[in-house]
Amino acid sequence: MTAMDTNKAKTGVFSAGRALITDRTLRTDKWWIQPLITVGVFVSFIIYATFRAFEKQNYFAEPLISPFYSPCLSTVCVEGSAHFGTPIGALSIFGMVISPALFILIFPLGFRLTCYYYRKAYYRSFWMSPPACAVAEPHKKYTGETRAPLILQNGHRWFFYAGLVLNIILTYDAVIAFKNPEGEWGHMSVGTLVLLANATFLWLYSASCHTCRHTIGGRLRNFSAHPVRYKAWTIVSKLNHYHPNFAWVSLIGVAFADFYVRQVASGAITNFYFF
Amino acid sequence: MTRKIKMRIWRGNSETGSLQDVSVDANEGEVVLDVIHRVQATQMGDLAVRWNCKAGKCGSCSVEINGKPRLACMTQMASFAEDETITVTPLRAFPVIKDLVTDVSFNYKKAMEIPSFEPPADLKPGEARMQQIDVERSQEFRKCIECFLCQDTCHVIRDHEENKKSFAGPRFFIRIAELDMHPLDMLRNRKQKAQEEHGLGMCNITKCCTEVCPEHIRITDNAIIPMKERVVDVKYDPVRWLGSKIRRREEVL
Ligand code: SF4
Ligand code: SF4
Ligand code: FES
Ligand code: FES
Repeated sequence: MTAMDTNKAKTGVFSAGRALITDRTLRTDKWWIQPLITVGVFVSFIIYATFRAFEKQNYFAEPLISPFYSPCLSTVCVEGSAHFGTPIGALSIFGMVISPALFILIFPLGFRLTCYYYRKAYYRSFWMSPPACAVAEPHKKYTGETRAPLILQNGHRWFFYAGLVLNIILTYDAVIAFKNPEGEWGHMSVGTLVLLANATFLWLYSASCHTCRHTIGGRLRNFSAHPVRYKAWTIVSKLNHYHPNFAWVSLIGVAFADFYVRQVASGAITNFYFF
Repeated sequence: MTRKIKMRIWRGNSETGSLQDVSVDANEGEVVLDVIHRVQATQMGDLAVRWNCKAGKCGSCSVEINGKPRLACMTQMASFAEDETITVTPLRAFPVIKDLVTDVSFNYKKAMEIPSFEPPADLKPGEARMQQIDVERSQEFRKCIECFLCQDTCHVIRDHEENKKSFAGPRFFIRIAELDMHPLDMLRNRKQKAQEEHGLGMCNITKCCTEVCPEHIRITDNAIIPMKERVVDVKYDPVRWLGSKIRRREEVL
């Protein structure tokens, strides 16, 4: 046996010197279910979000605006939907007007792609690195997050800040949903509840973020010297425990809010007003 | 109540080996280690197995049971189905010595590479005063029993032998975090070292270490991710980096 060659060809659990076992894993449980579900939900979300981002219509029904298109900052936004002006005008490539959703979606996309929880979820399910614990991954080489492009995951905090700005805007959208289609305050519809729930889930997702936990107090050495930040840190730490749950709920919440607005805007359903 | 169970136990050494079938009695309330001991006493007199406390506190009996890294003394026989074949192998991330016993010296080498606690120079023995809230984060990490199940399951080295030289592993990330969060530790470049020398950046936070830790230490959430954020503070965040140069912030934190 040419030990050197075997060493090179066989790494991981098949490395020379380790117990000679030919199976990649001896797990007997259904370890592949979790990654499969993750792929299923992500792929469905991506398909739906892509379709909606390019649909360029049915995203506004006074006073409801879809979270995919808010804030709508382009001159091609449908009338009344550009609550914050149209600073980016109407950009187009090859004669095609760029959907106003795209300028906005980069931020939540970046936020979620660099999220510590989602990283775990997609590294496991899409990249199979590893597919599940103690299940050998298929890759020959592995450098983790030490090089480009994955070293950019360290920029999560910038997306976190951008996410806070978007949360404020989406909260504003939920507040103006207390108007009726004629613009009078003091009304409430199913759409109001949908947008309120969406904003709440997004705040919980941001508040439970690991970067939030670090910023609010985690980076301190001496908690006793910063009692207020310590208190805030304990609260965020409790929320942080449920960060994966908030990640899923807010993802589904945002898709549902968009779907609801789409149904109303396209006339498929009427937005029921309680008062 | 005694029942007969089917087991497959890996036997061999660093050159060769295989899974061997045995049928053995298991009594009510027993753990996998009890049954392994019965196999040793009745059928395989020379079966090598490492153990010590039988109470989940010494970290010696780490093996893989049905493919999962676990403590043999804390795995109840009752957790398996009646007709299930229970497969027991040595840890698959480390070189095997004999049967269920592996050579875990990698971990002791890594332990020596972590710079130790550095108290303030003028602090005399017995003078240190700290408040509970300042040490409680570190205390979670002190629960570690050094079973190295986290090290064994971590795909960075389990699946890539060549990474062993540049990766300390989750057990030592909690050690680094413990010291970096310690109010009296004066060593100021732990974060940089964590990233540059101990391979913190290799971890992709997939949380297998947390899943297997018998002490339920939240390794990834409470040590690795906070350390990654601390590394960003000093290495990848231009705003904070500038701030620390101007105000020498780290000292007052
Ligand atoms: S979270 Fe990091 S250290 Fe823990 S097992 Fe996964 S890759 Fe290894
Ligand atoms: S951190 Fe947990 S799994 Fe790792 S060595 Fe310590 S007790 Fe074992
Ligand atoms: S949003 Fe998930 S960790 Fe920041
Ligand atoms: S024998 Fe001590 S932990 Fe199992």
